[in-house]
Amino acid sequence: MTRHRIRGALALRNVTIRLGVTTLVTALDLTVAPGDVATVMGPSGSGKSSLLAFVAGFLDGGVFAAEGAVLVDGDNVSRLPPERRRIGLLFQDDLLFPHLSVGGNLMFGLPASIRDRTERRRLVEAALADAGLDGFADRDPATLSGGQRARAALMRVLLSQPRALLLDEPFSRLDAELRGSFRTMVFDQARRRGLPVLLVTHDPQDAEAANGRVVML
Amino acid sequence: MLALLPPATLFVFLAPVLVGLAGTLLPAFGYLPAIGAHDLSLAPWRDLFAWPGFGSALRLTLSVGVLSSLLSLAGAVALVAMLSGTRAFGRVQSALAPLLATPHAAIALGLAFLLAPSGWIVRLISPEWTGWTRPPGDLVTIRDPYGLSLVAGLLTKEIPYLVLALAAALGQVPAQRLIACARSMGYSRGSAWLKLVLPQLWPQIRLPFYAVVAYSLSVVDQALVLGPGNPPPLAVLALRWFSDYDLARYLPASAAGTLQLGLVVAGLVICRLAEWGVGKAGRLWLERGRRSGAADWLLPVAAVPTGVVLAAGLLALLALAIWSFAASWPFPAALPLRWSLSAWAGAGERLQGSLGTTVLIAAAATAVALVLCVGCLEQEARRQRKPRNGLLWLLYLPLLVPQIAFLFGLQVALVRLRLDATLPAVIWAHLVFVLPYVFLSLADPWRALDPRLARSAASLGASPARIFFRVKLPILLRPLLVAAAVGVAVSVAQYLATVFAGAGRIATITTEALTLASGADRATIGVLGFTQTILPLLCYGLALTLPRIVFRHRRGLA
Repeated sequence: MTRHRIRGALALRNVTIRLGVTTLVTALDLTVAPGDVATVMGPSGSGKSSLLAFVAGFLDGGVFAAEGAVLVDGDNVSRLPPERRRIGLLFQDDLLFPHLSVGGNLMFGLPASIRDRTERRRLVEAALADAGLDGFADRDPATLSGGQRARAALMRVLLSQPRALLLDEPFSRLDAELRGSFRTMVFDQARRRGLPVLLVTHDPQDAEAANGRVVML
Repeated sequence: MLALLPPATLFVFLAPVLVGLAGTLLPAFGYLPAIGAHDLSLAPWRDLFAWPGFGSALRLTLSVGVLSSLLSLAGAVALVAMLSGTRAFGRVQSALAPLLATPHAAIALGLAFLLAPSGWIVRLISPEWTGWTRPPGDLVTIRDPYGLSLVAGLLTKEIPYLVLALAAALGQVPAQRLIACARSMGYSRGSAWLKLVLPQLWPQIRLPFYAVVAYSLSVVDQALVLGPGNPPPLAVLALRWFSDYDLARYLPASAAGTLQLGLVVAGLVICRLAEWGVGKAGRLWLERGRRSGAADWLLPVAAVPTGVVLAAGLLALLALAIWSFAASWPFPAALPLRWSLSAWAGAGERLQGSLGTTVLIAAAATAVALVLCVGCLEQEARRQRKPRNGLLWLLYLPLLVPQIAFLFGLQVALVRLRLDATLPAVIWAHLVFVLPYVFLSLADPWRALDPRLARSAASLGASPARIFFRVKLPILLRPLLVAAAVGVAVSVAQYLATVFAGAGRIATITTEALTLASGADRATIGVLGFTQTILPLLCYGLALTLPRIVFRHRRGLA
């Protein structure tokens, strides 16, 4: 087991999660290097989503008992609220906000420290172009196809400058053809930005494409 | 036959509103043949404007309406934003049920007991904290000239109503995942709620909020108890003139009613424009990407006074109950010195008559409303029609038009039909308000029923009637009973509709309670107010327990 520190890595140290008398996750140690993708697999109810919620900071302490540490780039974020962990989340459905334009959705992700509106607009348009969505900024999200929506959601979370990425079965809603290309796009983007990725899935093809460590729960 | 029901339903609850509006608008311009006024003129308006208290009445109406609409919305939003997604939310909603079920009038009476200089709060802290051994004479807590106690009364009813509307809308928005999504991008919980959840809830709480605006601007029942008397708000002034022995007063009263309509229409237009402006500014605000801000402390800070107001509402109901059992409760005792049932026995006769009338009217109006609503929904399901948005606006019409602007006109029409002061007339007038609420409460569960159940029954050879009676009605028993309880609660609460359609000669517990409100006998008021609370609550209780008993061996329905 690699215990030495890797710069920019996402690390779980001795993570145990219990639900009542059942132990869902037992003393899990896992280090994901920047750009790598670790996959968590298991049948439904096995604790995949609980593990993800624990890492992101959303685990319901009233229901679950959890211990262990989450380290992002060496910082222990276990005691921080989700909004201060800088761990981006991509869900099964894209959760584009229907009251904002596509560009508005991406601007929502962009940090407020970039104040100039033209600069914000430029960054958003560049991100859209990067995802093959040139000229989509003023579009209503409802007019986008499933694949386009997924890509917009990915760019939104990337613009929020996370230090790690959690994927909660984000490919399962897409049909087989789109699934492969979107998966490649997500992994490529993460690698280019040096983001460690933790992927939860029940699809063995996802794990194969991730080409990283696989944790079975 | 079934095809006739939707138009018949529209007629039943919209015709009285439209006829009534016309019958109030014409007298406002001097035309009321029934009292020998035939000449169109602006004289009624001149009389209205020339009335010495007119300016203050108008200011009072506007300030009470604007203040209570905005505070209700802010309070409900803050409360739901703080509670949604927590386990406490369900408990708080249950605790608010008595406030939702109780008529405006009863809560106003209870609040008067609670807040008055000789009221429960002063008694609880006297003489230890205040030194008062008799009620302070110079302290004005209720019927204050600014209408603040009236605003408090409105808040205790309108906040629970909006909380309920928000909670229902929350069921259709993935609120928790939206918040999680925003938090993972660094947004605080409060900012995420205001920026992402609220805008998506708004389309569904717009009409309930408009109903709150309309009610707050034109409130009568609570204003009779908690509002200042001289000058009163505009709607109360109109009622006073409508009840005057001098029939010529009908004309300026109609002008006041029509002005009231104008105020509500203007208020709603302003709301619509404000929504548009706030929406535009809001999108710019969202696109700036600020992760936290004023929302984080503003929401909890606003939730605290909201909680206090709601707690006061519940205490007010308790105060009604205690007074009704008090034999002797001298100032400044914190609780009655002696308890007895004498007020209940003493009010017995008065209560018996009016309670019987109340139950009869409520049962009849609710039964008719249920038949019409179920018929319309069944027709919609058989024709596979999609519900239209315009229909929702029509449903809300009786809740948006101020009652004082059409009930007099309705009474005039009833007199012509020789129906005024009869039970059918009062039942019909109640139906105008009962029907929309019954429909709103029934429509969602009815439309959510899996259509494959009916299809599979049909493929087994069941006729449409058999499917309706043997499949749909039993499955929908609980929503049907809840809708019935809503109908009863709405009917019990009606004050103006009873007074006008009944020509003041048909007494329900609500009209009796408000008639006695100025009298001194608190125990009797307690009895009437408490009965107003208990009757709808009992109906809700039945609506929730009956299905559990009927379907005790059917876990899917119990």
